[in-house]
Amino acid sequence: MNKRLVAFDKIGISFDGRVLLENIDMTISEGEIVTLIGPNGSGKSTLIRTLLGLQEATSGEIVRHKTLRIGYMPQKLHIDPTLPLTVKHFLALVRGVDKQQILPTLEKLGIGHLLKSQVHVLSGGETQRVLLARALLNRPNLLVLDEPVQGVDVNGQVELYNLIENIRNELNCGVLMVSHDLHLVMAKTDTVVCINQHVCCSGSPQHVTGHPAYQALFGVPGADESIAIYAHQHDHVHDEHGSILSDDGDAHAHCKHH
Amino acid sequence: MLDLLLRALLGGLGVAAVAGPLGAFVVWRRMAYFGDTLAHSALLGVALGFLLDINLNLAIIVLCVGLALVLVTLQKKHIIATDTLLGILAHSALSLGLVAVSFLDNIRIDLMAYLFGDLLAISQTDVYWIYGGGLAVITLLVAFWKPLLAVTVNEELAKVEGYPVEAIRLLLMLLVALVIAVAMKIVGVLLITSLMIIPAATARKLSSTPVQMASFASLIGCLAVCSGLWASYRWDTPTGPSVVVCAALLFLIAYTLPFKRLR
Repeated sequence: MNKRLVAFDKIGISFDGRVLLENIDMTISEGEIVTLIGPNGSGKSTLIRTLLGLQEATSGEIVRHKTLRIGYMPQKLHIDPTLPLTVKHFLALVRGVDKQQILPTLEKLGIGHLLKSQVHVLSGGETQRVLLARALLNRPNLLVLDEPVQGVDVNGQVELYNLIENIRNELNCGVLMVSHDLHLVMAKTDTVVCINQHVCCSGSPQHVTGHPAYQALFGVPGADESIAIYAHQHDHVHDEHGSILSDDGDAHAHCKHH
Repeated sequence: MLDLLLRALLGGLGVAAVAGPLGAFVVWRRMAYFGDTLAHSALLGVALGFLLDINLNLAIIVLCVGLALVLVTLQKKHIIATDTLLGILAHSALSLGLVAVSFLDNIRIDLMAYLFGDLLAISQTDVYWIYGGGLAVITLLVAFWKPLLAVTVNEELAKVEGYPVEAIRLLLMLLVALVIAVAMKIVGVLLITSLMIIPAATARKLSSTPVQMASFASLIGCLAVCSGLWASYRWDTPTGPSVVVCAALLFLIAYTLPFKRLR
């Protein structure tokens, strides 16, 4: 049995008399990927900030395992342009970091070449990976990822999710992910928690999409015909310039790009 | 005469050397207006120091730290926007200082010297204060460099990683207050912030790491002090403003000439 890292016990938060969250129960265990979904303004970020200690809960309690160590990946990174900072220096700011681990961590995430880049010139996807590297360098047993794929194109999202899954498999850490995009998350996730001020429904992805409370919020899957999901069957990978990498020249002969 | 110039040069260099790195933090954290507010209140510190007959530097430090604490408390309450709050505090503190000074009939205060600085009136004791205070500031900066920078780069990440964010923020305010107290003799309350932010902004053009920017800011500040002092001696101009003009010229040069950033 994997140990339980965090348990939210009837967490409620109100602000100036306005209820943001009420009666939230949720647990995250080692090796488990939990995805928190909900519409904008549903209190997802507030809930995460409470777990991180950036905000006080008005009622209820968060029970943390005594070994809990969080690696946090914020939604975005704003660094004042007047502050010259390379990726290396940014990552060296992690409290008690082992500097020998910086380059290997970047390489594991496929961005070893960015070590000496200024943080201000990174693309959206690169920034996300640098932030993920910073979270990992904190030697976490729980990764908290706030909208980790925001501003990343679909291919990049798939890659990032694969990375996160690999990290989970390697470290056996818990992962708590916030997303407003259900469809791409579902494939990798163990538990989905759908909140809109309170927990609407939770369970396995299949269970949640079938739940009436979910359908009321997000609609019935497949009901909106203007959006369809295309299941890519890529048998090739692209390099940084978009050309196709393959072992033999004929690998994608059956796959036509339009 | 030589003695006088040497003291002025020593004092000026000491101030520029500490104002540079701290100025970098002021620029990074967008605290320029905050620095101004503290500096303006320093005059009130001077008046109180005379009234209560305590050491002026000490009075200034205490007042600046006190004001910084008041500011942080008011900021948290979100009563009005921060820039408005700073404006109110800065100008009421300055005016209060001017009013308080006018009550001191039995003591003659050279108001211009406090407002714009008088590098040439600097005494042996002042030099000791500058180097004592400066050494304290540099020691604290070096000792707490990593947490200070981590909190500046991203407070939330720093907090999650376990840095004592509130304490670090307080430390930074204390350092700014110290520098103001120490630098007031040189450039005066109205120009202190410029000695912090202009060299730092100039250094930005040339640096690619925080440490580089902080050390360049020191060097550029020292260069501004030397040339300002020389100009003041040569053309008999007021020293404080001359130093600031030189700093501004260096800034212009750095941003108009095609300098390459250090790697």
